[in-house]
Amino acid sequence: MSRFMFDVAHMLAGSLVLVSFLQLYQDRLYALLNVYAAHAVVLALSVAWQAYAQDAPHLFVTAAIALVFKAIIIPIALHRIIVRLGIHREIEKVVGVGPAMLIGMGLVALAMVVMLRVTAEADPLAREDLAFALSVVLLGLLMMVTRRNAVSQVVGFMSLENGLVLAATGAKGMPLVVEISVAFSILIAFIVIGIFLFRIRERFDTVDLQVLDSYRGERR
Amino acid sequence: MTFDPVIAVLLIPAGTAMLLAVLPGYRLTARINVLAALASFVVAFSLFFHRPGQGQYFHVDDLNNVFIVLTTFVGFTTSVFSASYIGHELEIGRLTLVFLRFYHAMYQVLMFAMNLALVANNIGLMWVAIELATLTTVLMVGIYRTHEALEAAWKYFILGSVGIALALFGTILVYMAARPIMGEGADAMVWTSLVVRAAEFDPALLNLAFVFLLLGYGTKVGLAPLHAWLPDAHAEGPTPISAVLSGLLLNVALYALLRFKMLLAVNPAALAPGPLLVTMGLISLVFAAFMLYRRRDIKRMFAYSSIEHMGIIAFAFGMGGPLANFAGLLHMTMHSLTKSAIFFAVGHIAQVKGTQQIAEMGGLTQTNPVLGWGLVLGVIAIAGMPPLGIFTSEFLVVSSTFARAPWLAIILVFGLLVGFGALFLRLNAVAFGEPRGKSGETHASYAPMFAHLALVLLAGVYMPPALVGWFQNVAKLLG
Repeated sequence: MSRFMFDVAHMLAGSLVLVSFLQLYQDRLYALLNVYAAHAVVLALSVAWQAYAQDAPHLFVTAAIALVFKAIIIPIALHRIIVRLGIHREIEKVVGVGPAMLIGMGLVALAMVVMLRVTAEADPLAREDLAFALSVVLLGLLMMVTRRNAVSQVVGFMSLENGLVLAATGAKGMPLVVEISVAFSILIAFIVIGIFLFRIRERFDTVDLQVLDSYRGERR
Repeated sequence: MTFDPVIAVLLIPAGTAMLLAVLPGYRLTARINVLAALASFVVAFSLFFHRPGQGQYFHVDDLNNVFIVLTTFVGFTTSVFSASYIGHELEIGRLTLVFLRFYHAMYQVLMFAMNLALVANNIGLMWVAIELATLTTVLMVGIYRTHEALEAAWKYFILGSVGIALALFGTILVYMAARPIMGEGADAMVWTSLVVRAAEFDPALLNLAFVFLLLGYGTKVGLAPLHAWLPDAHAEGPTPISAVLSGLLLNVALYALLRFKMLLAVNPAALAPGPLLVTMGLISLVFAAFMLYRRRDIKRMFAYSSIEHMGIIAFAFGMGGPLANFAGLLHMTMHSLTKSAIFFAVGHIAQVKGTQQIAEMGGLTQTNPVLGWGLVLGVIAIAGMPPLGIFTSEFLVVSSTFARAPWLAIILVFGLLVGFGALFLRLNAVAFGEPRGKSGETHASYAPMFAHLALVLLAGVYMPPALVGWFQNVAKLLG
């Protein structure tokens, strides 16, 4: 693979990590959704580049799914849900911005150390890709635990999933990537429909999970 | 085209699900559900005698044959129980007809997903199937749409999705480890080809992959400390789903873990997966045994008991060796049968009493003798009293451990005794003494419950040599 191919793939995967960091400190839901849409666009570009670099046309399908479904449909749907539920207030966080960013940096360092050491013999593109992908996965997990709001937890999960798609496309020649990305899209669609259909707002007056957590089954 | 049982075991539930999604009415759909589950069981049973050759996507060997037959059998008996249970739920208006249609369709989708996960030869396909099973159970857990049910479903959903995501990362890493040896493409994800050449894989990558797989699928098995979703999901969903979750879905996730454990076992340089499973198993066992004391909700209590038993099973498979693997397999089978029988009893009890709170039920053996004694028998079985089957398997686990690692055996026995005490304490309150709480009517079907308990008793008294031989064979396969 030429140097140029490698550099572009590297840059796109790195941008995905960067956008994950941007998500960490968003404290308004609309802004968070916009950043998530950007995350999905970067993912689509990255996957499309891999499709071109590996000469694997089926990966363009995955890229198209990322672009149409994750960058357009899901953010719009979530946007409408937020309007409908009237929850465009500030996001309540468990951890402040400063500590969250520091933990995030620690996680990225961890991902780099673990993946680069373990994959010493793999080809360089796959190595870097996996390290970045693990960073995105861990940052997504971090976001899920530092948010209390159901919508922002879902956004955290979706960015985690973007990391997985990056890993799957980085693993050259992996079969079933398209199927797996479709399966994941179905999962996400269900989550979003679930928030809407369960009408968390109607039943609980809030999608704040701390209120949901009031029930533990043992305290009646 | 010749008849292929593997395809049939997938097509029957899938086709029935579509049919049930459009058919109205309760009696007809419940019957179709039972018939389809029976047909799947018969087809799965035929796999014992005639087995198609392995392909790129599906394969059946001695190991998953046991799992498929067990899954379809409990799926069938649960569908019989479900028919009477759901009838009552309709009468009291907890479910509407629209939701019922959805429920039946989802039941078959769940059976399809579990069968697919079991027969899959491709680790990516297996992942997709387990994801589908997770999704359907999430929808079923939330079906009552009460505050509690929605919270349980949401919690299950978030934790389950994270688990599934980590498992996918592990699966990708396995592919990465296999690629330099097997070449690119579909072959590097086919389990039967992987296991042949796993010795040449990069051990560091395999280790890392297994850690992710253990965390991911371990969440679905309900091993502590990844179990948080399990009690809520069991307590708030419809009881047939609790029975299927405890009796089957936990097994399916464990099966996935076992497949990857076998991969690692082939590679001498990779870490030994046994100690990890042993540790998580023991933690789950002791933790759940103590948690049993403080339960006030009867379904939550038996959910914790499931965590306890999955801990024992994981422990047994972690110890490895022919005897411990045999004990683990037997314990898994016995636990599936017993726990689903208990949930059948508990489901009807909760309907009779109109509540799941232990404090509001009592003296069941007087007010509802059949149900009460059924529950007593089930709890005796699950607590590991002789002469029932769980005693046999627990005895095997303990004795094989004493011979190899006495200290571990002491922890194991301690956990078992603590759990034993809690179960009998609660059983005493529910089954004996003055009748408490209201007593309503229910059209219970006792056949599934007693059929399971009879099988458990039979296994405790007399194990057919054919079955013993089969399990020994599988135990050897597991290494």
